[in-house]
Amino acid sequence: MTTLLLLSLAVPVAGAVFIVLLRRNPNAREAASLVTAGALFAIVLRIYQAVSGGARPEVTLAEPLPGIRIALEAEPLGVLFALIASFLWIVTTAYSIGYMRGHHEKNQTRFYLFFAFAIASVMGVAFAGNLFTLFAFYEVLSLATFPLVTHAGTDAAKRAGRVYLGILFSTSVVFQLLGIIWVYAVAGTVDFEPGGILRGHVGAGLVPILLALFVFGIGKAAVMPFHRWLPAAMVAPTPVSALLHAVAVVKAGVFSVLKVTVYIFGFDFVAETGASVWLMWAAAATIILGSLVAFTKDNLKARLAYSTVSQLSYVVLGAMLANSLGVIGSGMHIAMHAFGKITLFFCAGAIMVAAHKSEVSQLNGLGRRMPVTFAAFLIGTLSIVGLPPTGGAWSKWFLGVGSVEAGQIGLVAVLMLSSLLSLAYLLEIPLRGFFGKEEAGGEGAHGETHGDAKAHADAHAHHGAPRWSVAAITVTAAACIALFVYPEPFYRLMTMVAGQ
Amino acid sequence: MSLDLLVSHYNYWVVIFLMMVGFYILISRGNLIKKIVGLNVFQTSVFMLYISMGKVSGGTPPILLPGEEGVLYSNPLPHVLILTAIVVGIATTSVGLALAVRIKEAYGTIEEDEINAIDARTEAAE
Amino acid sequence: MSAHLPILQVVVPLLAAPLCLFLKRGRVAWGLAVLASWAALAIALALLGQVMQEGVLSYAIGDWLPPIGIEYRVDIVNAWVLVIVSGIGAVVSPYAMTSVEREVEAERIPLFYAAYLLCLCGLLGITITGDVFNVFVFLEISSLSAYALIALGRHRRALTSAFRYLIMGSVGATFIVIGIGLLYVMTGSLNMADLAQLLPEVWDSRTVKVAYGFLTVGFCLKLALFPLHLWLPNAYTFAPSAVTAFMASTATKVAVYMLLRFFLTIFGAPFSFDVMALDRVLLPLALVAIASMSLVAIFQVNVKRLLAYSSVAQIGYMILGVSFATVTGLTATLLHLFNHALMKGALFMAMGCVMYRIGSVHISAMAGLGRRMPWTMAAFVAGGLSLVGVPLTVGFVSKWYLILGALERGWWPVAILVLLTSLLALVYIWRVVEAAYFRDFPGDEATREAPWTLLGPTWALVALNLYFGIDAGRTVGIARQAAEVLMAGISP
Repeated sequence: MTTLLLLSLAVPVAGAVFIVLLRRNPNAREAASLVTAGALFAIVLRIYQAVSGGARPEVTLAEPLPGIRIALEAEPLGVLFALIASFLWIVTTAYSIGYMRGHHEKNQTRFYLFFAFAIASVMGVAFAGNLFTLFAFYEVLSLATFPLVTHAGTDAAKRAGRVYLGILFSTSVVFQLLGIIWVYAVAGTVDFEPGGILRGHVGAGLVPILLALFVFGIGKAAVMPFHRWLPAAMVAPTPVSALLHAVAVVKAGVFSVLKVTVYIFGFDFVAETGASVWLMWAAAATIILGSLVAFTKDNLKARLAYSTVSQLSYVVLGAMLANSLGVIGSGMHIAMHAFGKITLFFCAGAIMVAAHKSEVSQLNGLGRRMPVTFAAFLIGTLSIVGLPPTGGAWSKWFLGVGSVEAGQIGLVAVLMLSSLLSLAYLLEIPLRGFFGKEEAGGEGAHGETHGDAKAHADAHAHHGAPRWSVAAITVTAAACIALFVYPEPFYRLMTMVAGQ
Repeated sequence: MSLDLLVSHYNYWVVIFLMMVGFYILISRGNLIKKIVGLNVFQTSVFMLYISMGKVSGGTPPILLPGEEGVLYSNPLPHVLILTAIVVGIATTSVGLALAVRIKEAYGTIEEDEINAIDARTEAAE
Repeated sequence: MSAHLPILQVVVPLLAAPLCLFLKRGRVAWGLAVLASWAALAIALALLGQVMQEGVLSYAIGDWLPPIGIEYRVDIVNAWVLVIVSGIGAVVSPYAMTSVEREVEAERIPLFYAAYLLCLCGLLGITITGDVFNVFVFLEISSLSAYALIALGRHRRALTSAFRYLIMGSVGATFIVIGIGLLYVMTGSLNMADLAQLLPEVWDSRTVKVAYGFLTVGFCLKLALFPLHLWLPNAYTFAPSAVTAFMASTATKVAVYMLLRFFLTIFGAPFSFDVMALDRVLLPLALVAIASMSLVAIFQVNVKRLLAYSSVAQIGYMILGVSFATVTGLTATLLHLFNHALMKGALFMAMGCVMYRIGSVHISAMAGLGRRMPWTMAAFVAGGLSLVGVPLTVGFVSKWYLILGALERGWWPVAILVLLTSLLALVYIWRVVEAAYFRDFPGDEATREAPWTLLGPTWALVALNLYFGIDAGRTVGIARQAAEVLMAGISP
């Protein structure tokens, strides 16, 4: 069993080696990526089977400081995150093949290489057995995604990269690391334990401070005011935005918040001390403000980015509710939002490759030429908003009930309001696509931004999205619906987490 | 402070005076040779401190003669120490002077402000 | 043989130094220097092993028993520092061959190695001796040879930097002699262990306090604690690359050791912290050093000077650990002695590789080097990450204990300051990284990677940075044991 844990890290790294070795032959290189992704998912699936049967495999890799280990341990929450990330890696790899070729991107080997490294570190985050390991892989993830964010190599990409790394590093070093060392100083350990490790070691006054150090120190959770890196990261190629900045990286953030709340503080302990009340409202503010900013963005990816900022705080909010329903909703939302948002990003990328449109206002009438893409976008929208028949309905339900149970009726209103807001700013896109009137000569507005890609515009514009990409979109959109009917695996994992 | 204290500790006053003189030269003079001279005076004051404290009033030189037991000797150890320190001081001076010679060759001057001006000019030119 | 290890530690480089003068050929002198450096490392490791097994070693020179004769006294604290100093010597000396041939005139190369060995001998001597006047003698041996080494730099400003260092260094050393002399006046002894026994009786005397003051200023000059650091940036900037790498990793570390040895072993922790309030004196100085020097480093355009200012800031971290006045704080200090030697050594050696190929260490000269000299710049990035304190590097280990120490004292603002300043380190390292990886290479197409004779030692240090970041159990154990020894003082 422990071999599987080690393999979950080793397989992506080995995949990276093959990607470099096969760099001269793009087909073989992409095949290596796909095979690695498939193998990783199979491994995680095996771990899932074991963990849902009650096993808790763990392995210690090294002991850098006395008492502080680099250790991996599979527990339900981590398995949930690993399942999502590894499954969506397969889909994204397929999508990338269509996108990167369709978009004629340079340095594709470097792209696949760092993608594999990023996934390896995501697995490390998911299976981290203690705070130190989590922190180490969290930082590696920031570093591994940096070359992906700055992939274009332009000045804009460099500036964005500086914001990206700057915010992620400074929050994690100044707040999160301080929190970790503080936990170690008071509790003498940083291991994740069911029920938390802090009870009996800290006074009620310190708990809110420590919790805040983690909520804000985990910058990847993008709680305002530390959310600026997420929109900045949108300069990356769309598959990166899709997998990393809608799923892996941001989910690594909210996952860490949830994991710390459950396994370091213990959500009962948080609830008893009332440490999280003001943080609930910080998350609620991010939910509303993120939605409002999303409204003002005409650029499709920017709008999706702010939507992500807003949706991430749902997960944080669920953790801060500090009751079992909130925690279940929080974990479910990690899964549901992942499938919904990746669908939306895939669609945005397909539109970019096929029609070279990046602004919402340019999408009029495009839906009739790209029906699959826009239909998928509609399904993704429903899932994000939380309407049946999509999986998003479940997580919103649990979050709402959890808020009631926590006695925070105000938060229910916040959830309702933000659902309405997200419905409004996301639905505009399929509506324009299907019912808008196509304007003549729409190419002009973005012709400059794409430079040489414009030459290919005519060749692609009327052929729809690349086949690989359409397949990927179909899979994730179908998954959104399937998760409404069958949310069972994620629900069961989360009840294991919440029920301890 | 009584006159008595001043007189009985006169060696310390001499030491402090020399030390301050040396330190003042070191800080206030821009000429590198003068700086080295200042450093020498400064170090010499410490030699005086050591040697004067080894002196025992009424003591004789520490030479052991047969049949002269119970004689009061001055402490020889500080002298030995300071012999070493003097050697070190000479070495420091010679390294300092050698550097001054090389600086003169490289810059054409041993005035600190002129050297700084030349450095500032070349740095601006780079 | 093994009984004479303490004296051999000093004598081997001391005897090898004049031999270098007779060897007319640079390469032969280099071989001797490497041999002597590795012998020194082997001896230091053997001593560390002996001390860990058998406890304190005492060696009476010429069989003159202490406290009359000169004693070499090895406990875990100085055995640790001996390993650091000789270890850096063992890595830098192979590196020196190629680097020095490029940066020093051929006829001076044997002289260079003679001076290097004397410097090594002096640093090891300061560390191993148990006699306070002996400390001064070795201090001057190491300092005088250091002035000569720095003056060998190609730029004429190396001469003025060496001269300024000579003036400030001599003043510092003289202050230390004054302090030692006053101690002798009060106790009549020069032996450290003996002094530790005798001093508590005369704690109240003003002379002892004045001696303490002189020693404090002297040590702070030598270890370049802000604001007495003015000699350091230029000296490190204009010295030959190998010298900078060696000095930055050893000289200031030994000065920190001197401070610890005098103030904790000889005066004792109770006197230093309770009577003289050393912690309250050092704390603000350390904080100002860390914050201001990190900020100054950000605005440097010469990377060696940038790293030099960073060194001053890093010394601030070491002194900060002392100012906690706890075992954890001292553990952080002793760990950082070792860890900082590893990271700064690697960084300066990477810069030496750049100097070798490009002839400049200006930030503008780094443009595009990420592709031209991938191994060199990768070493720089790894060293830089360690300096910032990224997990799984040695820098993280030091930072961890430093913050733990701050939190133990309840000084959380200090902990936040330490974390914030490590971000400043990220900024100044990042400036170099951005130049190297995001700008186009303007220079000659023929520019290649540095030769392996330079890269090998550089990467050896980088590997140590990572190894002791992943497996710090041993280093932490030794540092903690040493910290406990220092806090306990010498028991009667």
